[in-house]
Amino acid sequence: MELAGVTKRYGRVTAVDRVDLQIPKGEFFALLGPSGSGKTTLLRLLAGFELPDEGRVVIAGRDVAQVPPYHRPVNMVFQAYALFPHLSVARNVAFGLEMERVGKSEIQARVAEALAQVELSGFEDRKPDQLSGGQRQRVAIARAIVKRPELLLLDEPLAALDRRLREKTRAELRALQQRLGLTFVMVTHDQDEALALATRIAVLDRGRIVQVGTPAELYERPASRFVAEFLGDCNLLEAAIVEPGVAALPGGARLHFAGDAAPGSRVTLAIRPEKIAIGADGRNTAVGTIEAVEYLGDISHLQVRLPDGTALEVTRVNGAGPPLVAGDRLMLTIPLEAITVLPA
Amino acid sequence: MSANWGLRLAVLLPALWLVLFVAWPLLIVAEISFSEVVSAIPPYLPVFGWSESGPSVSGNVENYRLLASDALYTASLLTSLRIAAVATALTLLIGLPIAHGIARAEPRFRGALLLLVILPFWTSFLIRVYAWIGILKNEGLLNELLLALGLIDQPLTILTTEWAIHLGIVYAYLPFMVLPLYVAIERIDPALREAAADLGARGTATFFRITLPLARPGIAAGCLLVFIPAMGEFVIPDLLGGPNTLMIGKTLWVEFFANRDWPVAAALAVVLLVLVLVGIAALDRAQRRAGEGLA
Repeated sequence: MELAGVTKRYGRVTAVDRVDLQIPKGEFFALLGPSGSGKTTLLRLLAGFELPDEGRVVIAGRDVAQVPPYHRPVNMVFQAYALFPHLSVARNVAFGLEMERVGKSEIQARVAEALAQVELSGFEDRKPDQLSGGQRQRVAIARAIVKRPELLLLDEPLAALDRRLREKTRAELRALQQRLGLTFVMVTHDQDEALALATRIAVLDRGRIVQVGTPAELYERPASRFVAEFLGDCNLLEAAIVEPGVAALPGGARLHFAGDAAPGSRVTLAIRPEKIAIGADGRNTAVGTIEAVEYLGDISHLQVRLPDGTALEVTRVNGAGPPLVAGDRLMLTIPLEAITVLPA
Repeated sequence: MSANWGLRLAVLLPALWLVLFVAWPLLIVAEISFSEVVSAIPPYLPVFGWSESGPSVSGNVENYRLLASDALYTASLLTSLRIAAVATALTLLIGLPIAHGIARAEPRFRGALLLLVILPFWTSFLIRVYAWIGILKNEGLLNELLLALGLIDQPLTILTTEWAIHLGIVYAYLPFMVLPLYVAIERIDPALREAAADLGARGTATFFRITLPLARPGIAAGCLLVFIPAMGEFVIPDLLGGPNTLMIGKTLWVEFFANRDWPVAAALAVVLLVLVLVGIAALDRAQRRAGEGLA
């Protein structure tokens, strides 16, 4: 699957702006971004519900940019599933094969196979409104995979499920993708979902892809403030480089970092809260005062104020040592490699 | 306390209305249907009356026996059924694309399009049916146009045929078909059409496999709204159908006003009412059974 220079405009608004993207076969790919970032439009461009104003959409070696949805080797699992309410589960799943004019006996066999793959054997004669939300989603998946598409598109696949079911479905989706070896492209606004499911993620902002990478790459080495903020919690500190490897914060504190930013430039330092160590351990140590504690069971989020006025969020794993409360003073160390230098 | 009273009043008023203006007149019609015709005003002998010996009951089922024995009534009933059925089917065939088109139009145009559908209601029904005479008669607009275009050599007889009645019914009742169809089609989740397209269905397949089955409640409502009044229609067959058309509504009118045989006319009305009610009940049951498991 490849997108090259794909642009889609609605009137004056450019929903998708010159997007280039390659997704190899068998990947579980996530399009991640806030609402209005163009991720859904991108998915609809892949499905064929929207046609791009510019660019190529190549699926399985064929440019399908102007091909209608019913001629694309692509199937979609809709956000609210869009099951046909008047058809039974089996007829819903068979619909796509009937449109291909597949023989009756083959339809039966493939419908049974698809339903078995989503563990819904025995539900053939139910109507969609006799199913739970999770079961409906599995019918929607069966209805799509029974067509053996080159690309399976999932629009916010977990959004309509309640939280408990979401975690279970996450594991099931991942297992299903690996078992089928199909290319999955998922749209989500939920960073946890993207991190947990995807082999690679594209982060979108205002119609453009701002970074593509594995979940770990994006989390550990965000390329911009936007990515750092959007994926997980992050301390973002304005700073100026005063000499190679040393940045000064507005309050006066100096931080050493590994990297080569030019002295004199203004930058943003991104520091993940869980990478800040408690205790003195090398350079970049300071004593801070705890201003607030958010206790979450396994971990606590601490709001810490450094002597120069800098506010930091620090994640602490609970269990080691006595509980911390607001007002406590704390020795912190920011390891050099925990600091990512981003453009201001 | 006052809220309770308000609620009671709100229920009572329509109930009172129904009793006074629906149930009571129907009962009177039913009474007349069992009475004998006399030369008096009103021209029937009341079933429940007073004689010297107190209250008297004098009804019989002669009128119904006459309806069953005289082929005229059966024939006009069957003709009405046929014409109403054909006209309803035609209205559905014409109304479906219109409703579908409006439901699929851009939302900002839908209001205006619906307004166009009901625009004829601003003119009296009677006048609009009269206007068709001017169009359909032998020296009417339609024939003159066809003659002028050289498509025909002599005028076609359209007025006074059953086709003129069909045309009149389709024209007069089209809005009653289009509105429920529009509502039903407009309600269908657009994602279902996208899902169908995604699964390989072109527009026509989507229409017949998804849109049409899901619009069934609207189709049933529209057909009822056209079929029932068409069944008892009097003005259209009288004006457009010519003197030989036997429709139940017209027969009823003749019995009532020309023959002044109120009892037979009332019996005919009761039969018509019962038939229509039985039809609606049957359709409703079929709908309910088909709709089982449907949201």
